[in-house]
Amino acid sequence: MTAYWLCFVLFLTGLYGVITRRNLVKIAISLSVMEFSCFLFLALTGYREGGVAPIVDVADPVQTYVDPLPQAMVLTAIVIGLATTAMLMAVIIRIYRKYGTFDIREIKNLRG
Amino acid sequence: MMNPLIPLLVAIPLAGAFLTIIIGRFITAIPRYMALATLLITAFISFWLLIAGGDDRSVYIMGGWEPVNGVAIGIHLVHDGFSALVLCIISFIGLLSVLYSVSYIARYTSENYFYALFCLMIAGMNGVVLSGDIFNIFVFLEISAISSYALVAFGVEKNELEATLKYQVLGAVASFMVLFAIGFIYWGAKTLNIADIRTVFSQGHEKGYYLLVQILLLTGFGLKAAIIPFHAWLPDAHSSAPSPISAMLSGVLIKAVGIYVIIRLFFNMFEITEAMAVLITTLGALSMAVGVLLAIGQWDIKRLLAYHSISQMGYVVMSAGIGMMLLARGIRPEVAALAITGGIFHMVNHAAFKGLLFLNAGAIEYSAGTRDLHEMGGLGKSMPVTSATSLAASLSISGIPPFNGFFSKLIIIVAAVMGRFYLLAALAAVVSIITLASFMKFQRYAFHNGEQVKIRKEIREVPVPMLLSMITLAVVCLLLSLLALPGIRDAVLTPATDILIDQMKYSSQITGM
Repeated sequence: MTAYWLCFVLFLTGLYGVITRRNLVKIAISLSVMEFSCFLFLALTGYREGGVAPIVDVADPVQTYVDPLPQAMVLTAIVIGLATTAMLMAVIIRIYRKYGTFDIREIKNLRG
Repeated sequence: MMNPLIPLLVAIPLAGAFLTIIIGRFITAIPRYMALATLLITAFISFWLLIAGGDDRSVYIMGGWEPVNGVAIGIHLVHDGFSALVLCIISFIGLLSVLYSVSYIARYTSENYFYALFCLMIAGMNGVVLSGDIFNIFVFLEISAISSYALVAFGVEKNELEATLKYQVLGAVASFMVLFAIGFIYWGAKTLNIADIRTVFSQGHEKGYYLLVQILLLTGFGLKAAIIPFHAWLPDAHSSAPSPISAMLSGVLIKAVGIYVIIRLFFNMFEITEAMAVLITTLGALSMAVGVLLAIGQWDIKRLLAYHSISQMGYVVMSAGIGMMLLARGIRPEVAALAITGGIFHMVNHAAFKGLLFLNAGAIEYSAGTRDLHEMGGLGKSMPVTSATSLAASLSISGIPPFNGFFSKLIIIVAAVMGRFYLLAALAAVVSIITLASFMKFQRYAFHNGEQVKIRKEIREVPVPMLLSMITLAVVCLLLSLLALPGIRDAVLTPATDILIDQMKYSSQITGM
């Protein structure tokens, strides 16, 4: 159970960072922290106490297996996360070139 | 017998996206025609499936993994009355936007990336709409989201970059909420299939856990749909994108990845509870009222239209909420059906008229070079077609007969009155009047109001492809009124309502029992 709570704390840490940080790169890092807490949570849902790799052994069929599906999901999600982060960093670099700053308070052309 | 056309709706735009980049590298003139062809085929398939979509052929299982003992395994693509309708909207508005882009995007550099990203966005949206399991909804959601981030930033100027940053950060938070919710659902239900999750949850669930999942999903998809407390990114993103993309984002994307998924999950995956119904109705009514109030003060035409998108989506969410409320109480299911039909009808109509309005805004920007209502005026003489089509769209969004917006708003208001939600009915009527006022301002300042001296260059009507897509959409705005007729409504809108109301229909379709 502790692992789940720590995972949630990590999620909140990331959310706190997204809300309070003013540097764009730090916001991107906080988003990654949030993202990875989700991945951890997904991986944890497949965990079984004393589970082994899900290869069915005919001789001993009553073994506990870990759930392989969340692992496949996490792999997919990591690839997607990589694309999102790359996209975000590309935009941040472009913003730095246009505005000459990473400070979110200086980037306020649009409002209303 | 599985229908082999269903996966093509995702595969063709996806292939189109990558082939556009590869071939566009060697032959620079070809990407636009490839995108047009891709969208044409997709539109053809979606309309074919809408017309000929039988019950037994509407599920496609990727890889052919048949359900075992009534438990679905593998990836299901589900094509039913509701998704058929949304698929048609996506590919039809997409087709007209590409046609419009042929002239409009010529001003930008790297055209082939534009068309590739456009096809990718279509593939993502089709995937979200077709997907029968919740993790695939997330995957396709991200595909469409990443391509729309890039498309919003396509101008790579200061405003575009700022808008896309806001959009990306909020979009990413929304995605993590959804992913977290998926984790929770898998934890509790040990399955990802929407129909299966329903079966598992109907056998008993913990109340707090159920509520947490619902709230996480509502927040995540609410952010994507820009319902009012989560709307901050929408006016910036929708007004900064190139106009055909604004038409796609406002007309289609917020519906396909936001409203559609909310309605689908809350009707077909979760059991309808009164508390959730009240929450959704409140959010809808709030978006409706606050969105239109924020729109009044806007002088940037695209920003004005973007705020109206929030308000019009409020109608859809509110009527779905009214339907849920009546279903949860178990009284007067025919009124609930009427409310949901009205909501779906308004969603279809909104795609047509808001798409058209954004294309009009793009045409004005293309010819006059400004988006500020103060700086334009007297455009009615120099741009007669744009003026006429935008008048059609404005009348349509404000709910003036015989245009489509009138009928859907009428159905929603009648359903609200019949369900004894008098306050909501009055609110819907008032919001409609304020919308009319706001669009009268748009018409007056843009097209009538005499010549403005600020625009020095000679203003001409836009090129033929742009005119063609605007005229088509204006005609569609009129034709969609026909959906209100009983015979046509039964053929098109009723299947969509049935699949949402009849709880067993959706799951029996998937598990084959």
